[in-house]
Amino acid sequence: MKIMTCPLNGPRPITEFACGGPIKERPADDAGGARWAEYVFIEDNAAGIVLEWWYHVPTAFWFVAERDTRTDTVIRSMTVAAWKERGGRP
Amino acid sequence: MVLSLLRYGLRRRHVPWRVIPPTPDRFKPSYDVVIVGGGGHALAAAYYLAHRHDITNVAVVERGWLAGGNTARNTAIIRSNYLTPEGVQFYDQSVRLWRTISNDLGINVMVSERGHLTLAHTDAAIRTMRWRAEVNKHYGVASEVVGPAEIAALCPELNLSHEVRYPVLGALYHPPGGIARHDAVAWGYAMGAAARGVEIHQMTEVTGFDIDHGRVTGVRTTRGTMRTGRVLQAVAGNSSRVAALAGFRLPIRTVPLQACVSEPVKPFLDTVIVSGSLHVYISQTARGEFVMGGATDPYALYAQRSTLEFKETLFSDMLELFPQLAHMKMLRQWAGLADMTPDFSPVMGLTPVENYFIDSGWGTWGFKATPVCGLTMAATVATGKPHALIEGFALDRFARFDQIGERGAASVGS
Ligand SMILES: Cc1cc2nc3c(=O)[nH]c(=O)nc-3n(C[C@H](O)[C@H](O)[C@H](O)COP(=O)(O)OP(=O)(O)OC[C@H]3O[C@@H](n4cnc5c(N)ncnc54)[C@H](O)[C@@H]3O)c2cc1C
Repeated sequence: MKIMTCPLNGPRPITEFACGGPIKERPADDAGGARWAEYVFIEDNAAGIVLEWWYHVPTAFWFVAERDTRTDTVIRSMTVAAWKERGGRP
Repeated sequence: MVLSLLRYGLRRRHVPWRVIPPTPDRFKPSYDVVIVGGGGHALAAAYYLAHRHDITNVAVVERGWLAGGNTARNTAIIRSNYLTPEGVQFYDQSVRLWRTISNDLGINVMVSERGHLTLAHTDAAIRTMRWRAEVNKHYGVASEVVGPAEIAALCPELNLSHEVRYPVLGALYHPPGGIARHDAVAWGYAMGAAARGVEIHQMTEVTGFDIDHGRVTGVRTTRGTMRTGRVLQAVAGNSSRVAALAGFRLPIRTVPLQACVSEPVKPFLDTVIVSGSLHVYISQTARGEFVMGGATDPYALYAQRSTLEFKETLFSDMLELFPQLAHMKMLRQWAGLADMTPDFSPVMGLTPVENYFIDSGWGTWGFKATPVCGLTMAATVATGKPHALIEGFALDRFARFDQIGERGAASVGS
């Protein structure tokens, strides 16, 4: 069973989590339809290391995790606060 | 039969069945069309380019071996009972092509129309099925909502008891639904294309493109560069990676889809059974094996690994539908990479790069579309304009907020 380490609950089976998809830079409210369509629908879909939103379903807790999509490994996970401290922007 | 088998088995020098010509040692000075990918879609497009459009100076470039991708990893379900007018008309054309494909290609594709039942366990599912049945009938596709009595007659083996977690309330019955022998489809198209002069380069990976003023002029591979006027990309789970080489992005996320097959037993299931709510589907092959699959994995991944979770979730629900499978042994389990779009419809046609065409976003449902994808993409590549049947599937529909929402009909059951 694959394990994801939740910053709140510790290591848990990955089936307890939902993936919220890659973190993308959110456009300004008035950025226009084309930019918003790109933000909502278009994906890098990278084969490699990705930074994503993850959610622990039973405790309703969102956090940030880094994974390698080629090898199915979770590299690290952190709270949103820790991620922002490292310069991350939602 | 027994004698010829014995003779074959005892023969000293076995001559392999070689219908697909070996990879040529070198490239031609230039090609009219280079097709990236060697799956069913790519090979079908090569076949129709040669047969319908007389374009034979074509190279198919596959990084592994023919049909090593999703083409021979799928559960081979064919149907056309989709939800949107665009989808229903497109898949119906494919069902028509399947009916004559064995004769057309001169290889037994073993297409078997055996009836397809999508089970409903909730009132909401019944409602979507009525909607689907009406859209289907409007376009002349056989499709009917049936109740438990009809289901019992069509599939007596199915557990219709109410002593389960999700009792069966009804089903969408689609008589033309069925299965086919998936690898034979790829070989048939490859044979037919090669007979007309199409070159097939296996073990040749595309690593980049030459693009001049927004127009593609060459395809870089691990064996050198091919000069070409046009490119067709048909690489399923690797769509985003190859498109990135050409400099554009897609509304696609690559997610593994897993399946498994049981030991062979005497036939007892002659329909294809799907449950969208339980995320399971099953059919029995001509060889007697049960082919089973479920929903896609829960997160994006390029690793074609198998998991225990897949088996656990699949069988916890499958055994409610078919308790008699409890004693069966599993033979094989595997995964393929599904190129999932947000609206569960494909992305086909033109791209931001001139003379560069795409056939992608086939996710978990593209096997049945192999013939019609080949046909429409060949026409698109030959004329430079999207074929009428694929206009709705254009890449720019997302920028226009004009999606073709097939989730209700495509999410499970392939
Ligand atoms: C488990 C599973 C079950 C499924 N069940 C069904 C079903 O029941 N019914 C249905 O209709 N659909 C089903 N599907 C979906 C269906 O299999 C696919 O949509 C369809 O086969 C896609 O065909 P293709 O020819 O486009 O892709 P593929 O057969 O995957 O071919 C793409 C090829 O491109 C090659 N390639 C990739 N990158 C490069 C490169 N850089 N250079 C050269 N070559 C490259 C790959 O090696 C591969 O051979 C299922 C899929 C899976 C995984």
